[in-house]
Amino acid sequence: MSAPWPAVARLVGRRLLAAVPVLVVVTLGMFAVAAASPFDPVRRYVGDGSSASQETLDALRENLSPDGTFVEQWWSWLTSVLGGDLGQSLALRQPVSQVIAERVGWSLLLCAVAFVGSVLLGCALGVLAARREGGWLDRAVSSLSYTLQAAPPFWLALLAIWLFALQLDVLPAGGLTEAGEDTVTAGSLLRHLALPAAVLTISQAPWFVLYVRQGVADALHEDPVRGARARGVSERTVLLGHALRSGLLPVLTLVGTRIPELITGALLVETVFSWPGIASATVRAATSTDFPLLAALTALSALAVLAGNLLADLLYGLADPRVDLNEM
Amino acid sequence: MPPEVSPAMSEEPAREPAGREVRPATVEAARAPVPAQGAGSQERSPAGEASEWRAAGNARRGTRRVRAVASVSLVGLAALAVLLVPAFFPLDQQAVDLTAKLLPPSVEHPFGTDDMGRDLLLRSVYGLRVSLLVGLVAALVASVLGLALGCLAGAVGGRVDRLLMRLVDTFTAVPHLLMGIFIVAMFRPGVWPVVASVGLTHWVSTARIVRAEVLSLRARPFVDAAISGGASRLRVASRHLLPAVLPQAGLAAVLMVPHAVWHESALSFLGLGIPAHQASLGTMINGARGSLSAGDWWPTLFPGLFIVVTTLAIAGVAGLWRERINPRRRSELVL
Repeated sequence: MSAPWPAVARLVGRRLLAAVPVLVVVTLGMFAVAAASPFDPVRRYVGDGSSASQETLDALRENLSPDGTFVEQWWSWLTSVLGGDLGQSLALRQPVSQVIAERVGWSLLLCAVAFVGSVLLGCALGVLAARREGGWLDRAVSSLSYTLQAAPPFWLALLAIWLFALQLDVLPAGGLTEAGEDTVTAGSLLRHLALPAAVLTISQAPWFVLYVRQGVADALHEDPVRGARARGVSERTVLLGHALRSGLLPVLTLVGTRIPELITGALLVETVFSWPGIASATVRAATSTDFPLLAALTALSALAVLAGNLLADLLYGLADPRVDLNEM
Repeated sequence: MPPEVSPAMSEEPAREPAGREVRPATVEAARAPVPAQGAGSQERSPAGEASEWRAAGNARRGTRRVRAVASVSLVGLAALAVLLVPAFFPLDQQAVDLTAKLLPPSVEHPFGTDDMGRDLLLRSVYGLRVSLLVGLVAALVASVLGLALGCLAGAVGGRVDRLLMRLVDTFTAVPHLLMGIFIVAMFRPGVWPVVASVGLTHWVSTARIVRAEVLSLRARPFVDAAISGGASRLRVASRHLLPAVLPQAGLAAVLMVPHAVWHESALSFLGLGIPAHQASLGTMINGARGSLSAGDWWPTLFPGLFIVVTTLAIAGVAGLWRERINPRRRSELVL
């Protein structure tokens, strides 16, 4: 099958156009909320109870809170963002772009490992469970999935720390380097990545397990599988070659919708493991009402979600020849 | 795409609209089988009679009664506990008993005590009370908002519908927890910002479900009959459409409670929700981090178990309810 590149390009173009109003409304909404906020950014910046003189405060106020309605503030923010200037983080006292550049890589690493892990785990357990619907394995896997889905990731992360770092003492409880070391080596990175990535995988996997299980179980009752069995194709090929392939299609369409979940989960897991990613910056920004940083991170995550949706649609359109990309 | 999901629990394309224009029919068909919704075996026609009968009578059937009794009684127990316990065992949120700190679970303290010597069972019940209260109010706010906007989109259609659906897309583009963090950060951490943030982020799923339901109802003969009988727009909406969507909306509202509890505990855990000295399941887990790193597991374990058990029990009740609304669907836990 040759990929219909013009149709792909048209879809990407249409989605880019559709993303513009979404991002406009999201960012404008943030400025509207901030305008209604009772906090004074100047007080936050100098810290409560500081002895800064009134002139200094006024000078700071001029720098920090531009005058005008929130629409005008939004417009000046937007123009500087388009020019590459994301503003100054009040909490971390660094340019926002620098904060993001330093951290986004670690977050992406964690998310990518956990995402791949949960897809693989989901496929494996989903197929195993669907093989005998209602069997003991199916019931064990399904109930475990429901339970894990109900469990908050931060709680799972804390329990994992207790078990693996404190009781068994096999993995570090958090951070990125061993105590007293500054450089990140591949070995220590792997050791420090293992626990957060595993917890994030475990908290994301149930969704995949349940969907793959349902998809494969349904596919096992359909004609192609019946035909394959009638031709004497081995059970393994039936399961992996026929049932899993068609059962994965509905999962593929919804993979993009997992991006917000992944970000949410990563936010909580990173916080527990003091992983040096976006999450700790988000929480610090939130506790100190650091609007420039929060605004940039929120806009960034909206972009990631939109990109995830687009990717899922593209994958689906390319994987299923019945779908016309032009109609999406 | 419907990412109406919020934390961990997906209730995905709850009922995919019959007439969503943006997607080709094949996509709709492929998306129909969704596990969390339990729309499965009964609806796959090509498999024939045999599979239909098997699905109805398969092994899951055996545990159905057990699950029903367990989830209803757990929800009832939780409701009784959060209503009655404060009347009999008042809790001083500030009280500290350093002689009894970090006692492991025993007969006297079934869940043990925390690092301030407070009984964890009592505190967990109070935490559940706060979390459920926030969850219920937030779910109510979100459901009313979703019901109103979904009805509006479905019943009016046209430009209003498109506008509202774009709004839904916009709200789903930002992860709910992040939006909650933003709202709480711009206001003060506390109960009301948390309720507002949950209500404002979670209405989209209800709006989608209600809109889909209204769209499919609009094509039914009884609506045509009402219109040709001279019923006004308002009357059609209030007497014919609204009562018919209420069961679905109610189901969505019940399912939203665990979402809201989850959301509240995550925000509180990050220190952005309920004030730290007040018992809520999230603040308790956050407060227990110190004792956990000293190796004491019980202050972390029990509040979290409360979240898991409550979520599963409410999901079980919602599953029973859905079976009543739509008996053709197989009973399955929904989260």
